[in-house]
Amino acid sequence: MELRESPRSPAGVKQLFWFFGIATTVKLLLIPAYHSTDLEVHRHWLAIAHSLPLSQWYYDETSEWTLDYPPFFAYFERFLSIFANLIDPRIVHLHHGLNYKADSAIYFQRISVIISDLFLLYGVHISTRNLASLKRYLVWVFVIWSPGLLIVDHLHFQYNGFLFGWLLLSISFIAQGRDLMGGFLFAVLLCFKHLFAVAAPVYFVYLLRHYCRGGLVRGFARLSVLGAVVVAVFAAAYGPFVYYGQIQQVIRRMFPFGRGLCHAYWAPNFWVFYIMLDKGIAFLLRKFGFNIPAPVASFTGGLVGDASPFAVLPQITPMTTFIMVLLALSPCLFKTWRDPRPRLIARSVAYAYTCGFLFGWHVHEKASLHISIPLALVAVESLEDAKHFFLLSVVSCYSLFPLLFEAQEYPIKVLLLLLHTILMWFCFCTLFPKNSKGSSRTSAVEQWFKLGWVAKSYLLGVVVVEIWGQFLHPYLLGDKLPFLPLMLISMYCAIGILYSWIWQLKRIIMLS
Amino acid sequence: MKKKGEMKKVKKVKGKVHDGEHDDPWWSLVQNGIKPSFLCISIFALLVRVAVGLHPYSGANTPPKFGDYEAQRHWMEITLNLQPKDWYRNSSVNDLSYWGLDYPPLTAYQSYIHGVFLKTFDPDSVALFTSGGYESYIGKLLMRWTVLSSDVLVFFPASLYFVFVYSIRLGTGRNSDVAWHISMVLLNPCLILIDHGHFQYNCISLGLTMAAIAAVLSQKDLVASVLYCLALNHKQMSAYFAPAFFSYLLGKCLKNKNPLVDLAKLGLMVIGTFAVVWWPYLQSKEAALTVISRLAPFERGIYEDYVANFWCTSSVLVKWKKLYTTQSSRIFSLTATLLTCLPSMVQQVLVPSRKGFLYALLNSSFSFYLFSYQVHEKSILLPLLPLALLALEERRSLLWLTHFAMFSMLPLLHRDKLILPYMAIYTLFILVYFAPDGPGARCNGSKTLDHSPKKTRRGMEFISFIAFHPFVMGFLGLCSLILHVIYLTMHPPNRYPFLFEAVIMLICFSQFVLFTLYFNSKQWMLSKHVTSQDKQKLI
Repeated sequence: MELRESPRSPAGVKQLFWFFGIATTVKLLLIPAYHSTDLEVHRHWLAIAHSLPLSQWYYDETSEWTLDYPPFFAYFERFLSIFANLIDPRIVHLHHGLNYKADSAIYFQRISVIISDLFLLYGVHISTRNLASLKRYLVWVFVIWSPGLLIVDHLHFQYNGFLFGWLLLSISFIAQGRDLMGGFLFAVLLCFKHLFAVAAPVYFVYLLRHYCRGGLVRGFARLSVLGAVVVAVFAAAYGPFVYYGQIQQVIRRMFPFGRGLCHAYWAPNFWVFYIMLDKGIAFLLRKFGFNIPAPVASFTGGLVGDASPFAVLPQITPMTTFIMVLLALSPCLFKTWRDPRPRLIARSVAYAYTCGFLFGWHVHEKASLHISIPLALVAVESLEDAKHFFLLSVVSCYSLFPLLFEAQEYPIKVLLLLLHTILMWFCFCTLFPKNSKGSSRTSAVEQWFKLGWVAKSYLLGVVVVEIWGQFLHPYLLGDKLPFLPLMLISMYCAIGILYSWIWQLKRIIMLS
Repeated sequence: MKKKGEMKKVKKVKGKVHDGEHDDPWWSLVQNGIKPSFLCISIFALLVRVAVGLHPYSGANTPPKFGDYEAQRHWMEITLNLQPKDWYRNSSVNDLSYWGLDYPPLTAYQSYIHGVFLKTFDPDSVALFTSGGYESYIGKLLMRWTVLSSDVLVFFPASLYFVFVYSIRLGTGRNSDVAWHISMVLLNPCLILIDHGHFQYNCISLGLTMAAIAAVLSQKDLVASVLYCLALNHKQMSAYFAPAFFSYLLGKCLKNKNPLVDLAKLGLMVIGTFAVVWWPYLQSKEAALTVISRLAPFERGIYEDYVANFWCTSSVLVKWKKLYTTQSSRIFSLTATLLTCLPSMVQQVLVPSRKGFLYALLNSSFSFYLFSYQVHEKSILLPLLPLALLALEERRSLLWLTHFAMFSMLPLLHRDKLILPYMAIYTLFILVYFAPDGPGARCNGSKTLDHSPKKTRRGMEFISFIAFHPFVMGFLGLCSLILHVIYLTMHPPNRYPFLFEAVIMLICFSQFVLFTLYFNSKQWMLSKHVTSQDKQKLI
């Protein structure tokens, strides 16, 4: 029996705020914790947006942290800088503010992230308001108490929660059949952070086939409306820069392809296997007496330049990765073209981000959140989804561990993952209980929530990898091979993400 | 046999899941029994403790005396490098005027163990002489982890033990109530702030006390007396609970067939535990006396700072410190404490009962807080423990007194720069208290006295009328809220630099006294109607 409350019941909103409040208090407690250079990056953007005229935003080179997000995000920083200036003018000073680490700056920025998470709250509220109450609680737990978001936003420092609010909102509007609104919100999201553009093909195909249907005339009219909306959004964002004739500069800043295939810490994606294969073949060939020159740029050194980092295998260019992402995406696009259905949009979007994550250029490990947050919406739909989400969510959170490398935060990240895993486990056990009455129609198939031995041993492997990296490696090998623990983490998580990719692909094709 | 009976009861409690609870967020967890919810809540409580530990500790970067953090570190340094007989003695290697060890031997042993831990990872932090005022990133981390590990090893298991026993013996049988109860015990904001923010090891002595209380509730009196003696030997402040333990156990022995035999058994247990803990100091009378004199620092005066107890509050009118010598004020405070403890002690000796015992703990610790000698703001933690244990009985009092306990520690925490965690963790407590469909959210005005019989006494009625009158509560709540803002944002007038502290103290004192009266009368009301039931239960 599914208990349904009226969509906007005050009790539901109150409970949502309760979940959010608990998360907020933890976020407040974490304010003095470690933060990455992203804090300084965003502070400098505040300063750029506050002290410089619009025409110089994308030209400024006062700091190495140049503005490389789309204009809406810059406007957002401009908006924040009004308050920052009231609190401490030095935060927004272009020169005196450089590397400004006073409490006022840290508190202001941390609290601005916490407050902007209200948007995530709204997105979650809209996207779960038609669910049964137990399922709704589960989604809240997965999104609002997401350990990954907490690590990336409130420890490492970024504004993802706020952006995921837009994404969830857009997905839920499309799922409710309000295509134009969903498309509009996605266009806005793209002008906040262009990393979300990986899902643009899915949106494009879906809107084209679902929204612009119903005959040639009506379809064309709708296409024009949609196009007008998108153009209007992009004009609002990029218009001023087109006016100043700076659009090329803006694009150049937003897409710095010179950064290399992999980030300093390899995101757990397909290219990890490619690099390992390259190294393995080179090693074998050297054993057999071939003279293989060591690559000029090394991946393990951290810095990656333009020189080919591969010894044997062919060089990978941004174009190659682009084509591979599109190829991986094509089954999903084809399916969407054939049968655009509102209920599948969350899956398709998550799948698109999975493809982008696996095959993309210079992917950051933080991008795994793009997969796990939209999938949280569908995790409660069926038992298989729940099992998959459980695995993916653990892997995605674990792959974020290297972001927090200092001893002080170690217990925090471990406890966060542990709490999330246990909560998820009990939540799913409750949703799919052992003695469920609904299982009578397929009594032969086990209907309650439990993991197979492969999944269990894979998750146990996470513990082994972590213990190796943290304790055994320093103890046994000392300072030798310092990159090995990180490499192991990304290899191990890459297996999980690859599995998740194949699973999602299968699911999308099978669901009809 | 007993164990089997208990197991059955546990299963019964687990089995009682009401269908109507589907809408309850707790439900998804508690549906699987108490253990999963305890697991989740304790991991969350641990996370909160780690997060509070990120903030500064008392006396950070304030030479030459620093604060409690330095005291604990210094004790580790002393116990690690000196022989036990030198720990409490002033000597060329142990300057007692600089944070000399003034807690009982169990604290010293605990410091020794933690000192060994620190030495393996950061030898500089506990080096003799050179480590005075040692502060570093890794040093702070290691010290924080010693508190965390003590919490996990002592306080968490003790609270699990207690809540299990309570839910079987006195509980309502609803799983969501049990989950709520656990979180009220584990997420007590005052304890977390003092232990993991300010820096102390209250979790050990309070955890041992709680385990002793649980043992009492499950009829294991000998175990209880050993555990309580250990608590007493970790922190002499645990003596706040002594009247309750003493009178309950005495009352129970007197009810038995051979009171003398039972008393002798208990006495032997107590003496044995003390003998083991004090072994290094029992070689000579002089050594034992040195330690004892360290434990009773009478020279510090009858009260310290601005603690919301009787002596400090009344010193606005009567200058106790100037008028009377240490000797006479010691006698005053002893008499006052004993006199105020007496009613609850008498009740327990006459009619020992489990619930009455919990109230007696509350009453005796409040009496000690209000009237005993040399009370510190932090001592409010002791009355808060039995109050948290009675959370399901005293829902509104728990919320109200936690509020004023936090408020009374505001000046202390402000000095430690712990205002952000103060606000965050206080909000967290309120949120957890009002968890959707939890016992806290369900309680309303009419339900506060739901367990009291119909024919309440006049005095009782009057006290609870004042204590829970919506107007009084609203007014005081508003006052304390405004005072929070004033205290944090404004400077006091130059003539009265401690004006705000004094006002805070007055408000908190008034509430503590009022609720002490209320709890005392409630304990006496209990004996009126519980007697017959409890007699059966006891036998």
